[in-house]
Amino acid sequence: MTGTTQAAPAPTDAPVADVLAIEGLRVTFGDGGAPVEAVRGIDLRVGRGEVVALVGESGSGKSVTARAALGLAGAGARVQAERFELDGSDVRRATPRQWRRLRGAKAGLVLQDALVSLDPLRPIGREIGDALRLHLGLRPAAARARVLGLLELVGMPHPALTIDRRSGELSGGMRQRALIASALALDPPLVIADEPTTALDVGVQVRVLGLLAEAAARGAGVLLISHDLAVVSRIADRVVVLADGVVVEAGPTGEVLASPRHPRTRELIAAVPTDVPRGVPLLGAPATAGPSQPAAAPAVRPPAPTGAPPVVEARGLVKAFTVGGSTTVAVDDVDLRLERGRTLGLVGESGSGKTTVARLLLALTRPDAGTVRLDGDAWSELPERARRPQRRRIGAIWQDPFGSFDPRWGVERLLRDAIAAGGGAPGSAAVADLLDQVHLSPDLAARHPLDLSGGQRQRVAIARALAARPDVLICDEPVSALDVTVQARVLDLLDELQREHGLALLVISHDLGVVRHMSDELAVMRHGRILEQGPAERVFDAPEHEYTAALIRDSPRLAVGPDARRDPADR
Amino acid sequence: MARASRPLRTFALRLGGAVFVLWAVATLTFFAIHLVPGDPAQAILGGPGSQASQEALDRVRADYGLDQPLLAQYAAMLGRLVTGDLGTSYSLKTPVAAVIGGQLVGTLTLALLALVVAWALAIGLALWSTAPGRTARAVSGAVELTAAALPHFWLATVLIAVFSTGLGWLPPVANGAASGLVLPVITLAVPLAGFLAQLMREHLLDALEQPFTVSALARGETGAGIRLRHALRHAAIPAVHLSGWAVGYLISGAVVVETIFARPGLGRTLLRATELRDVPVVMGVVLVVAVVYVVLTVVTDVVAGVADPRLRRGGSTA
Repeated sequence: MTGTTQAAPAPTDAPVADVLAIEGLRVTFGDGGAPVEAVRGIDLRVGRGEVVALVGESGSGKSVTARAALGLAGAGARVQAERFELDGSDVRRATPRQWRRLRGAKAGLVLQDALVSLDPLRPIGREIGDALRLHLGLRPAAARARVLGLLELVGMPHPALTIDRRSGELSGGMRQRALIASALALDPPLVIADEPTTALDVGVQVRVLGLLAEAAARGAGVLLISHDLAVVSRIADRVVVLADGVVVEAGPTGEVLASPRHPRTRELIAAVPTDVPRGVPLLGAPATAGPSQPAAAPAVRPPAPTGAPPVVEARGLVKAFTVGGSTTVAVDDVDLRLERGRTLGLVGESGSGKTTVARLLLALTRPDAGTVRLDGDAWSELPERARRPQRRRIGAIWQDPFGSFDPRWGVERLLRDAIAAGGGAPGSAAVADLLDQVHLSPDLAARHPLDLSGGQRQRVAIARALAARPDVLICDEPVSALDVTVQARVLDLLDELQREHGLALLVISHDLGVVRHMSDELAVMRHGRILEQGPAERVFDAPEHEYTAALIRDSPRLAVGPDARRDPADR
Repeated sequence: MARASRPLRTFALRLGGAVFVLWAVATLTFFAIHLVPGDPAQAILGGPGSQASQEALDRVRADYGLDQPLLAQYAAMLGRLVTGDLGTSYSLKTPVAAVIGGQLVGTLTLALLALVVAWALAIGLALWSTAPGRTARAVSGAVELTAAALPHFWLATVLIAVFSTGLGWLPPVANGAASGLVLPVITLAVPLAGFLAQLMREHLLDALEQPFTVSALARGETGAGIRLRHALRHAAIPAVHLSGWAVGYLISGAVVVETIFARPGLGRTLLRATELRDVPVVMGVVLVVAVVYVVLTVVTDVVAGVADPRLRRGGSTA
């Protein structure tokens, strides 16, 4: 079985009552021909008042473990365990009816923020109230009073108003609060949170983690699942690292972070970009070597060319949108310069106008005022007909590459099309060369994007952007849909390609860690305006603006040290 | 300012659209009916068997403006329609409005009852087909597909053979009593139910895969609760959108069903009027059906807005 499980005994003076105790958990999918073992003998326990982080890449079995702990592994799953106790009762032979009584009452679940993690057709008050109706048989009026109290507990602004809103009418942070309220409705001894902060702005992340830490402080056991070690290390007492359905390392957070023993743990730690200097690869050679020796010295950056005009220069950009009679200024008097071979990082929360800036630079949106110049020549003012031959010079990569692929085309056709658009000869050799540049096997040319992993898809998107031999690459949230380790490899790739081709990069992200690791220059954006702009090190080390300082404080970084657990609510 | 005028503008656009649809329907019908061979003057004088004199035919042509060029006849028809005059039936010699008025209620009752029954059957079928267990899924899937493919005339014949001729439970022809409605309603409802059930099943299965289903299960919701409280509503929305179309489908089905069950109604009136080349009646029926269709489309939009509040806000997200 798994060797390293629970190597460290719980560092408490009194034995903790476990709310979840699992030994030898196996989950198998599919029957007959080729059953897939997603979880292969996992030991896991969560004590009262304890936060345990279950960390691993996608496919490591962490979500399956979490679902199995609620009896929700799915109809096609076979769950076996030597020991499986939820709040002291053996659930190995629990019937569906018994499971229903346990769910919600003994264990609550918080999913990743999404419009559809709560039913988008029902007011959140009804969704949260369902738990009370199902387990306590409360009438709607009585449930409503309890729900108001719960919304207050999770710090929902204006509970009396928001209780009647639907998930689509709330911000990501408010939705996540509602989801936590629904999980906490019956004050269950176990709270399972599956990627609860993914896709949220860093400030909101901190507050969501704070709510979970508060639940633990009130005595609940919290099982926190994430691909991002930096996020969970803020509040976790213990960390359990999963890889390929097996626990590869487990122990108190501080110990695991300070002296990781398993290569997969070291990879997860190395992938966190926040404090890695510009130009240092996050992961050395992929997977095998491990990042403990931080590879080559920082490459020498080409100095900012003097005299020559910047590749892209934006002056006084303004763009407003009118929706339903009210006007929002998305971009307000923005100046930006992209230099050859250098990276400008643009950071800001969702809704700050970052993507509109990207669209303005790409001349996909016409500015209300201001201009964009390309190599000193007119760009944004050109008629589309005159601009089209020049378009190949600015490439773009988006957060969701899948949505930007024609779903009927295979990888080869996607790349040939892009090569032809850039004026090259779209032969098989050119396709293979592009795939090689993004470190993908040439065999992938025959595949369909649907069959690729998220990281492979983003590499294909990068290959497509390179096909036209651009001078500038606009990367809008290029890694925010990816696991940290995959994210690290894509970031390393972008860095390498920039050095080879002298690309000017604009990296847009809500994650300051990503942006800082990638950027020579940094611009912080809020409410459509650039708050401050300057050399990345200067902005990071001595932020001029309080908002920048808050972003830096909130960005996930590894809390290494004896006092690993810090209270994020205390900010 | 823009805010206040928005509902008004929406209403004006709707109304304009409805007028356009009615004009297009009237125009298409007018020219289509003139492509059918035969002489309307003959029809007015009692059909081809009436042996009308050439003199009588000429007089009728002059009286009804049938000697005018086609475009002039078209303009005259539009002029009458704008003033709300549907004209007089060639064959019955009574105002078209009265002819239709007498038949409209019967056909609408039939169509709306069939719609209600189809919805009930479709919800049942869709819920059954997404129930756990492979047998339920396979059997109900086959039932849906078969039902959707059944032609009205065949179903009507089989139902009469089994329930009237064979078992003697229900009358084979309309008799004015409620029992006479059962077989026609079932005939119309079953194929539509099969179609709606297929649509709903697809969206039910989709909703059952969504994260909110996992959230609800984790709260301790039952399988039935998930289906009834969450998934069914998501599945109903596309079916509601299609219900306006479905009534149009039911009224055209009524032509067959009313004929087979010898039931008075718009369908039979339309069929007879077409045979007799009774242009005013055909035009009147087609226009009334178009009005019903337009009204129902508005109603289904409103109902869909109640079921899915996101539609009312113009679909904007945070």
